[in-house]
Amino acid sequence: MLNEETHHGKDTDLSLEDETVINPKTYLFGLALAILLTLASFGAAITHVIWGPGLPIFLAVLAVAQMGVHLVFFMHVNATEEGENTVLALGFGIFIVALVVFGSMIIMHNLSNFMPSMEELMKMQR
Amino acid sequence: MNTAVLDAEGRPVPLSQRGPASTWSMISFGFWLFLLSDIVIFASLFATYAVLSTATAGGPSGHEIFDLKNVFIETCCLLASSFTCGLMLLSAERRQLKNFYLWALVTWVLGAAFIGLEVTEFSDLVARGYGPTHSAFLSAFFTLVGTHGCHVTSGLLWLLVMVAQVATLGLRTMVVRRLFCFSLFWHALDLVWIGVFTIVYLGAAHA
Repeated sequence: MLNEETHHGKDTDLSLEDETVINPKTYLFGLALAILLTLASFGAAITHVIWGPGLPIFLAVLAVAQMGVHLVFFMHVNATEEGENTVLALGFGIFIVALVVFGSMIIMHNLSNFMPSMEELMKMQR
Repeated sequence: MNTAVLDAEGRPVPLSQRGPASTWSMISFGFWLFLLSDIVIFASLFATYAVLSTATAGGPSGHEIFDLKNVFIETCCLLASSFTCGLMLLSAERRQLKNFYLWALVTWVLGAAFIGLEVTEFSDLVARGYGPTHSAFLSAFFTLVGTHGCHVTSGLLWLLVMVAQVATLGLRTMVVRRLFCFSLFWHALDLVWIGVFTIVYLGAAHA
């Protein structure tokens, strides 16, 4: 009974309670970080400040950092008890994404390594 | 921030024994699951692009056809729109109707500018003969970036519907919840765009 009561109270005014989560300072801080990271990745790609072969890794790090900024500052992913399920689902999502992307890349790269080139295939047909 | 729920004897009640969750947390979690499934779709398109990005079939590579200045403006539009979307949600939660309309308008205009730039880029590529039928690379490119563009377009339609709901129903809790879902969707699209500009555009500029 008691639990139900506490829950009933929570249900009606949670949207108001949440105002403490969504505050303009969080957004401004997130925006500043996002702008910095965007400028850094465009800057690094256009100029040649970063050593060429290291550039893809640098860009990947910046992109992952910016995605993190978006998740935390804009999409309110946090480590509170309520956010636990969100984080768990996000972890599973990241796992599936990594599996699909890197799995396809590894398999297709391997496949093209073992495939004869187009010219060789044409020769075989003759 | 979130104080622990205590029972009659003052012991904390575990999450599994607190009965049904609040409507707010159910809605945000359900929508979160939808967003994750959407992101899995994008992941498969990213994988396709990564595999096919070198299969240009004698046609142009990304380095030759992408205009980074255009992409930078698109990125700024989407990021700014993501920010104003947050401000829109904030004014909705504080029940400030005028501010809500103002930020909704700014969000919509920035999103529409993004779509406008993307449509210009696509039609320019097609006019130069580099349409999706030209090579596997271009097919993958148009599918990935086009799917993102479709999502942004449906987001713009959704925002129009939300403004109509606010105009007719007012900023009641139900409408604010829907606005929260919309803001999550809008931020998720910006998140996907980070992947697009890093992998597709900046990756091609480097290669």
